[in-house]
Amino acid sequence: MAECVRLDSSTSTHTMDKSITLPPDEIFRNLENAKRFAIDIGGSLTKLAYYSTVQHKVAKVRSFDHSAKEASSDKLYEISVQEEVTARLHFIKFENAYIETCLDFIRDHLVNTETKVIKATGGGAHKFKELIERKLGLKVDKEDEMTCLIKGCNFVLRNIPHEAFVYAKHADSEFRFQTTQPDIFPYLLVNIGSGVSIVKVESEDKFERIGGSSIGGGTFWGLGALLTKTKRFDELLQLASKGQHTSVDMLVKDIYGGSYGSLGLTGDLIASSFGKSATANKEFSQEDMAKSLLHMISNDIGQLACLYAKLHNLSRVYFGGFFIRGHPVTMHTITYSINFFTKGEVQALFLRHEGYLGAIGAFLKGAEEDNPNQYSWGENYAGSSGLMSVSPEMNPMQRARSGTFDMLEMDRLERKLVNLPLLQDPSSYIPDTVDLIEDALAREYWLYCFEDALDGVVKRAVASQPDMPEAAERAEKFRQKYRHKLQTLRQQPFAYGSLTVRSLLDTREHCLNEFNFPDPYSKIKQKENDMALKYYQKAVKSLDELSWEERQFALVRGVLAGNVFDWGAKARPWLIDSFDRWFERLKGPPHRCALFFVDNSGVDIILGVMPFVRELLSRGTEVVLASNSGPALNDVTNGELQILTERIAAMDPVIQAGLSEDRLTLVQSGSSSPCLDLSRLDKVLANVVRERKTDLVIIEGMGRAIHTNYYAMLSCESLKMAVIKNSWLADRLGGKLFSVVFKYEVPDGQPSQDSAAS
Amino acid sequence: LSNKAFPWFGMDIGGTLVKLVYFEPKDITAEEEQEEVENLKSIRRYLTSNIAYGKTGIRDVHLELPDLTLCGRTGNLHFIRFPTHDLPVFLQMVRNKHFSSLHTALCATGGGAYKFESDFRKMADLQLHKLDELDCLIRGVLYIDSVVSSGPSECYYFENPTDPDLCAQKPYTLENPYPLLLVNIGSGVSILAVYSENNYKRVTGTSLGGGTFLGLCCLLTGCSTFEEALEMASQGESTRVDKLVRDIYGGDYERFGLPGWAVASSFGNMMSREKRESVSKEDLARATLVTITNNIGSITRMCALNENIERVVFVGNFLRVNTLSMKLLAYAMDYWSKGQLKALFLQHEGYFGAVGALLELLHPS
Repeated sequence: MAECVRLDSSTSTHTMDKSITLPPDEIFRNLENAKRFAIDIGGSLTKLAYYSTVQHKVAKVRSFDHSAKEASSDKLYEISVQEEVTARLHFIKFENAYIETCLDFIRDHLVNTETKVIKATGGGAHKFKELIERKLGLKVDKEDEMTCLIKGCNFVLRNIPHEAFVYAKHADSEFRFQTTQPDIFPYLLVNIGSGVSIVKVESEDKFERIGGSSIGGGTFWGLGALLTKTKRFDELLQLASKGQHTSVDMLVKDIYGGSYGSLGLTGDLIASSFGKSATANKEFSQEDMAKSLLHMISNDIGQLACLYAKLHNLSRVYFGGFFIRGHPVTMHTITYSINFFTKGEVQALFLRHEGYLGAIGAFLKGAEEDNPNQYSWGENYAGSSGLMSVSPEMNPMQRARSGTFDMLEMDRLERKLVNLPLLQDPSSYIPDTVDLIEDALAREYWLYCFEDALDGVVKRAVASQPDMPEAAERAEKFRQKYRHKLQTLRQQPFAYGSLTVRSLLDTREHCLNEFNFPDPYSKIKQKENDMALKYYQKAVKSLDELSWEERQFALVRGVLAGNVFDWGAKARPWLIDSFDRWFERLKGPPHRCALFFVDNSGVDIILGVMPFVRELLSRGTEVVLASNSGPALNDVTNGELQILTERIAAMDPVIQAGLSEDRLTLVQSGSSSPCLDLSRLDKVLANVVRERKTDLVIIEGMGRAIHTNYYAMLSCESLKMAVIKNSWLADRLGGKLFSVVFKYEVPDGQPSQDSAAS
Repeated sequence: LSNKAFPWFGMDIGGTLVKLVYFEPKDITAEEEQEEVENLKSIRRYLTSNIAYGKTGIRDVHLELPDLTLCGRTGNLHFIRFPTHDLPVFLQMVRNKHFSSLHTALCATGGGAYKFESDFRKMADLQLHKLDELDCLIRGVLYIDSVVSSGPSECYYFENPTDPDLCAQKPYTLENPYPLLLVNIGSGVSILAVYSENNYKRVTGTSLGGGTFLGLCCLLTGCSTFEEALEMASQGESTRVDKLVRDIYGGDYERFGLPGWAVASSFGNMMSREKRESVSKEDLARATLVTITNNIGSITRMCALNENIERVVFVGNFLRVNTLSMKLLAYAMDYWSKGQLKALFLQHEGYFGAVGALLELLHPS
């Protein structure tokens, strides 16, 4: 059975004082725009969901009217900061004890009078129905719990990278996050509430409860309360984690004296749970009984889950429900059981936002007219608490946390995101080169590095808004927020899924946006673009004067040099150097279409990338230039690139022809990150890539070609070009600062173009 | 006539109980009688003239198979059991009766044959001939089913298991038994898929078995024997302890076809202090029995589906004098499989391993 535990007063009204420990306006954010509420009331926790619109500043660029003889300004384009409204989902989790206080707060701040209904789910929904209706004046509309759960599960699996993880208690990193699957179906969801429901999910709307068991969390809790003096679920788990089950359970070796070799049953295997307690004259410790009970229930659930997975031929099995809910103890025993019963063929998977599934689902049910599933959503690292470890002995911070609030915020992305169709194997693609959860040395370095760079970022942010006197104050808030994130990540590297340089960069961007610093580099980019543009014609001319052979090298050199300020004479061979193979390839037939992921503004894009593009066009290769949808560091954005390309086209007939003949196309990547996740790209980009039969992918710069995608395998030829601008990283890769990576790859099995050429 | 010297024993030493089968020859010739040593006579007399041995040994008289022809000899087959923790007492008796002077080997199966092998040697000067418990189990089941012809049918099932008024025990002929799922519920549970006498596999097992029922009952109610626990269970009401579907949904959960009477959470009501204070020991014993039994039913049903087998035979001492569990299993198999699965039971529920060990003594395989 899947229902959450129905509350009884003895379990809910313990100790917790009812004052809210955080300023509520930092928890229930944007209430003034809030609409579409949903609530999921479980046995001990309430999850509230709502939709809001967020107004924040974005930097826009606009071309000057150059027909007016560009006298007005010496600047290339104008930058304006505009207000933009985006959609955000808020999910807040708090203990049931706070429910009244929270409802009061919401009522006092709820402005939107259009809201008439609140969707509700969870076992406690009917218990609090009257309270909610009275406090909020909203009609409570109950939704089926399982439907909400599945809807929520589909939503997080689809929209949150690294949502699912494997738990390994004794590994270096307990959490091993799974890459997002291109197709999330079919899967099995084992929801362990007071009972167990086993649900097979085949598509967004098709799911079936194929089985269940009455031995679940309620059995652990109920029997545990009878056997011990402990009445609270969490405390029972704590007791269990301190116990020894072998004094209560009858093991194989208690019967056999050792293992049962012919069946491969080891001596330590439990033959009979509680088998040793079948005696009237012996006392057993509470810890030991709790442990034995935990094993009994976890093993039983694991066994049934495996039997159902086998019968329905499913290999992805997610576990959820209050029995699991981030408790390392139960995640461990369930994982152990699944490994035992499937001999490792099936992995037990857990979800970072498992506790929110019901609330998300209930919300989605209520928001069907907005059709939230047609959009892609992204976890906002600035507004989300992240996954916390709840094991008290593992992490003392946790104790302080119970009694506070956990938040998840998701932003509606402007673009629908999909896989790059050219990934060799989308299901095994991992964007990031180094997993900082597993690599403790690298983690330490990068966390230090980002902390160290924080002052500079704050200064830059303030400087980007000279006309705004409160910018300094906001920048200070940004500093605190980001520093706090870094501290959290130091304690709990797994808080937001895999910890990577990309996630650290993205978190910083989210925090900057949160405090209205949408584009601290906008003016610098503008200046650099302006300057570089002045040299364009000269650069092209000198390239054209070179022989074909010389030019090919100079073009590559130009892209690399443009990517770094301190480019010196870098003698070949480079750190990674497949230039000769690339050069040979160029002697062959032209590529049909090249997809070029660009990096920085200024010299890089104008004097490095554009001449390279020009050469490709001249060879007869179509070019798709992919740039960021939104700002990140000094990366060129799609808006900026539109203007730059127009300006270059005005000076360069090759680019001009490319544009007018539709052989040069500008698309946005769908991302606002200095890194690149090829599994989350703008759907339009993916379509263009497919239509044009793209056969070459070029990725440039450290963020996109080294921190991410260094090992990405594509199904067509690819070129990864970067200069390593970080001495630690260079050292890691076996080179020196400013080492060059030039990686030309042809997928296995593709006939070598060298021979095709001859 | 068999040249195998008497006495004929088969022994199964489990985690909780020791099961002993003894063949009492009734066709002893005068010549044999003369030659029979005093020790052997004394053992025979001791076993056949008593129905209880020491404080805890019991002969299940109702299971005795009289006039059985075994290996060319005719006699009665006796079924005796005692708790495994009293094995030292048994060994002392064996020693007092100078058993070792009669035999060099005793066929024994079950985990205890391994665990206590050296105790047998040291305390009773007996060499155990150790046998695999699952081999013995299957051999024993097939043998007993084939030899029982008079009296109540060895194999039976419950007719109308879903209707308490019409539910009745009916004989069943296991003539063509394969494939069958054999579920042995002792302290723990083993589930075997049997395709022929020599072709079987252990599909899985669970640690939630008879030992769990008794162990939990002892902790929850302070009882100390299986019989006490069962007696309490028969007087209790599990629905006060368990949370039912109707407790949550007010009735059936139609969305998923779950009837209101189904248990949603075993011991689920015990999360509440008030309810903990209002239940009786009998209720707790009953809930424990229902929980363990239904769980075995669920796992069995899934195995039957995965192995594509429709006939399930439940054996093991958990079912001894435990009609409650048998009916529950019969019901669960029938209800959740929509009549596809048949639950079968055997009269000699816990003794098949010991019988198999005896057969091994007479016909080594």
